[in-house]
Amino acid sequence: MQASSHSGVSNNTTENLRRLGFVETHIPERISDFVNDGEFDCEMIYLESEHSAISAALGASATGVRSYTATASQGLALMHEILHVVSGMRLPVVMNVTNRALSAPINIWNDHQDSMSARDTGWIQLYVESAQEALDTTIMAFMIAEDHKVMLPVMVCLDGFTLSHVYEPVDIPDQKSVDQFLPKFVPLFKLDTKRPITMGPIGYPDSFMDFKKQQQDAFAESLQIIKNVNSDFKSKFGRSYGDGLVEPYMLDDAKFVFVGLGTICGTARVVIDKMRKEGKKVGMMKLKSFRPFPEDALIAALKKADAVAVFDRAVSFGQKGPVFSEIESAFCDQARKPVIHSFIAGLGGRDVTLDHIEDAFNKIIKEKQASVEWLL
Amino acid sequence: MPGKKVDKAAATKQKGKILDIGAVVLRPGNSVENKTGGWRALRPVWNKEKCTQCMICWMYCPDMAIPQKDGKRLETDFDFCKGCGICKSECVFGAITMEKEKK
Repeated sequence: MQASSHSGVSNNTTENLRRLGFVETHIPERISDFVNDGEFDCEMIYLESEHSAISAALGASATGVRSYTATASQGLALMHEILHVVSGMRLPVVMNVTNRALSAPINIWNDHQDSMSARDTGWIQLYVESAQEALDTTIMAFMIAEDHKVMLPVMVCLDGFTLSHVYEPVDIPDQKSVDQFLPKFVPLFKLDTKRPITMGPIGYPDSFMDFKKQQQDAFAESLQIIKNVNSDFKSKFGRSYGDGLVEPYMLDDAKFVFVGLGTICGTARVVIDKMRKEGKKVGMMKLKSFRPFPEDALIAALKKADAVAVFDRAVSFGQKGPVFSEIESAFCDQARKPVIHSFIAGLGGRDVTLDHIEDAFNKIIKEKQASVEWLL
Repeated sequence: MPGKKVDKAAATKQKGKILDIGAVVLRPGNSVENKTGGWRALRPVWNKEKCTQCMICWMYCPDMAIPQKDGKRLETDFDFCKGCGICKSECVFGAITMEKEKK
């Protein structure tokens, strides 16, 4: 069956779902089809802006229904203030972000600047490599978000164009299996006129910080929940993605390791296969979960390596690549650490080719000093 | 607020309190416990002689700090009046004046 990478959202529980689609054309179009054909019991709301879309998703979630939306780039930027409200109110909204560059100059192609700019909004961020992983992770995202130990919103980030506009075959699990895997959403609290409560009140200086600490604690809890959901998904559907947080490839004896997010990892796999045949000890650590940041898993996986090439498809202006900074910081107090090189690549849809990654491997094999390089 | 004294006893009490996730308030109607009159810098003074009991001030008060009984307003509830002066602005009979709050 041919399907876009987003079709998985149709396979969900039969309770009243509200799905809000606005920007990412293929996603709401497919959901519209499912709703129109009577295959999907949900209420679709059309809004006039992304700010309104995420606000409506927030409101829907507060009434105790499963709530979803999708966006990208400028749309995610327009949502920004409400992203903090959704996470602060601990509403388990799930959103697909099809990663794209932010203006200016105007650019509609892929990079990670949009979701990296939303890094500190209190949303879990999971990055995917393939259409199948996008579908599977979207289903898993509801399980993670709605766990009562977590209750945090989740962004499932998929590369714009590379995944959002390229069609590839996807295995769509049947409704019954998904319903068994993902039970009915049980909200912790909900707006109900029969049992009035207040949501979103003022938090004075004597309580605000305590609520922020609760959010941080929930992120710590989510590390284990993400792993559990990933292994439950494997036992139900036979597919899994590393431990749910990170996914190693040819890593056991690797001395030179590629680290990246999203589709670039698919390119790296091909390069690694080629270089392995040439006897080079190269491997990959795909970072699936950027928030929570799986620091312990990364240290354990990379500490035996001689050198690491971190590929960022975004930049923190005035600092470095956001993923690179995190890895550097994770190793700052480790006695044994690899030489960590930074590569800024593929901004605004610039191709990251097999040669780029092979050159990067050859560079980190040769050079003993850490470096920062823009693959212009 | 700079220079504001920290009420250590209240802060400790708050720390021990279990706060509901997401700042949800489960008990409706509890805003009466949060007395906001302490914010007041100006105090509305009600001149009963000039007042015609038109109830405009009662309608406009954003904090419901002007109580009424049998259709007539009573003295301002200073536990909740923040001293915004809307009642004074709306009163067409000049029956309300704002005076500096004495601390």
